[in-house]
Amino acid sequence: MAETLEKTTTKTAEPLFGKKEKKLITDPLNDNNPITVQVLGICSALAVTSLVWPSLVMAVAVIFVCAFSNLFTSLLRNYIPKEVRMIVQLVIIASLVTFVELSLKFLNYPVYKQLSVYIGLIITNCIVMGRLEAFAMANKPWRSFLDGIGNGLGYGAILVMVGLIREIFGKGSLFASSPFEWKIIGPTAEYSINTTTSTLFGWYANNNLMVLSAAAMFIIGIMIWIQRSYNKKLIDVS
Amino acid sequence: MNTRYVVIFVTALTAGVAVFLTSFRQITKPVADRNEEIFNKRAILSAVGDYLGEGVQVKNLKDEQVLDIFDKQVQQVVLNLQGEEVDGMKAEDIDMAKEKKKADNEKRLPLFIFSQGGENFYILSIRGVGLWDEIWGNIALKSDLNTIAGASFDHAGETPGLGAEIKDNSNFPKSFKEKKIFNGGEFVSINVRKGGAIDQNHDVDGITGATVTSDGVTDMLYDGIKNYLPYFNSLRRQGMLVK
Repeated sequence: MAETLEKTTTKTAEPLFGKKEKKLITDPLNDNNPITVQVLGICSALAVTSLVWPSLVMAVAVIFVCAFSNLFTSLLRNYIPKEVRMIVQLVIIASLVTFVELSLKFLNYPVYKQLSVYIGLIITNCIVMGRLEAFAMANKPWRSFLDGIGNGLGYGAILVMVGLIREIFGKGSLFASSPFEWKIIGPTAEYSINTTTSTLFGWYANNNLMVLSAAAMFIIGIMIWIQRSYNKKLIDVS
Repeated sequence: MNTRYVVIFVTALTAGVAVFLTSFRQITKPVADRNEEIFNKRAILSAVGDYLGEGVQVKNLKDEQVLDIFDKQVQQVVLNLQGEEVDGMKAEDIDMAKEKKKADNEKRLPLFIFSQGGENFYILSIRGVGLWDEIWGNIALKSDLNTIAGASFDHAGETPGLGAEIKDNSNFPKSFKEKKIFNGGEFVSINVRKGGAIDQNHDVDGITGATVTSDGVTDMLYDGIKNYLPYFNSLRRQGMLVK
């Protein structure tokens, strides 16, 4: 899609956090968003966004993996043989994902149990490998690291936004299946006959379409539409 | 770049990564294993969550308390499909995922007997398939071996908000309470019914949008509990139970 060509031509001493570095973080949030502009990582954006909590944890895990795989790839970029670079990148991503998985097992087993499927999904997330190919292979470590964080954030922001919309309208709750579960609209008992206790908008019936992956497709589509209609940079002049 | 360099680079990288991950796993293994043990025991106890005592909730129990209850109040029995007790094994060491693949004469079933206030609860482990992957659970029966005292479910990869509700929505396991697995003398199990329960004794409400997972739970309950019936019959024959 509208993938921009990144080039860094720096000869003078680089500031640790200058204008360009800032742009690496902010660019993927809007102008070069991995989901809505580059249209990468759609698969997991459809799969995990039915609730906010898994979306949030997925976002954090992707930010971590994206940032560190970018860092390591960039450190090794001059030594990686061109012929096997994809395989090398895959090894780096897979070991980081395994590291995340093992750490979760060690630190918080219930969260590991809840998320193990999604953590594994990160390996197949096109954003991670896309950034390695497009950025880390040609840029210095610190910038690559920032680029990873930026893209992880850009991905995570969309994920959480879609998750918010889907969970509120699909289940009437927020942060379900986490310790902070909070029921906001609709009757309290979700699928049982007992609907006597109700909160705000007790008449609201959950929209079951929102729980299905198809809803994420529509929501992301509408997001792309909105973004393109106000962001002048994304208007296709051809 | 010649082939030799490629081979050396890839070998070194892979070896490095392998050594790092293996040593990290080895260092964290004792804690991770203990975490897993506590997690599993918690799941078993949550099937009898309503009988742990006044105001005691499984999720509020500390890790040590879980192990303590297990040591003091839970008797572990291993059974074969003929309903005979098998010695030399502990029920908590049985991996249901592996047992499922074994031949019938080698299958072992774990049974946890939880005693509280003079009453025994029989906790059965069951395993089946949902929409995407395996689902499993623990069913606690009261000492009449007919009435369900509680249940807990878990899954490997059901969709959040749909199939994953068997675990995430506490109303689902709760709806199994006080249901009966026998109708007269006949084993009927519990039916997770799409569109809502009809038979108040043997049905629970299905999960909207998760018909395949709901049906998976129905099948898992039937097949899983059925395996324990020979043992229950032998208990009845010995007159250990009031029918």
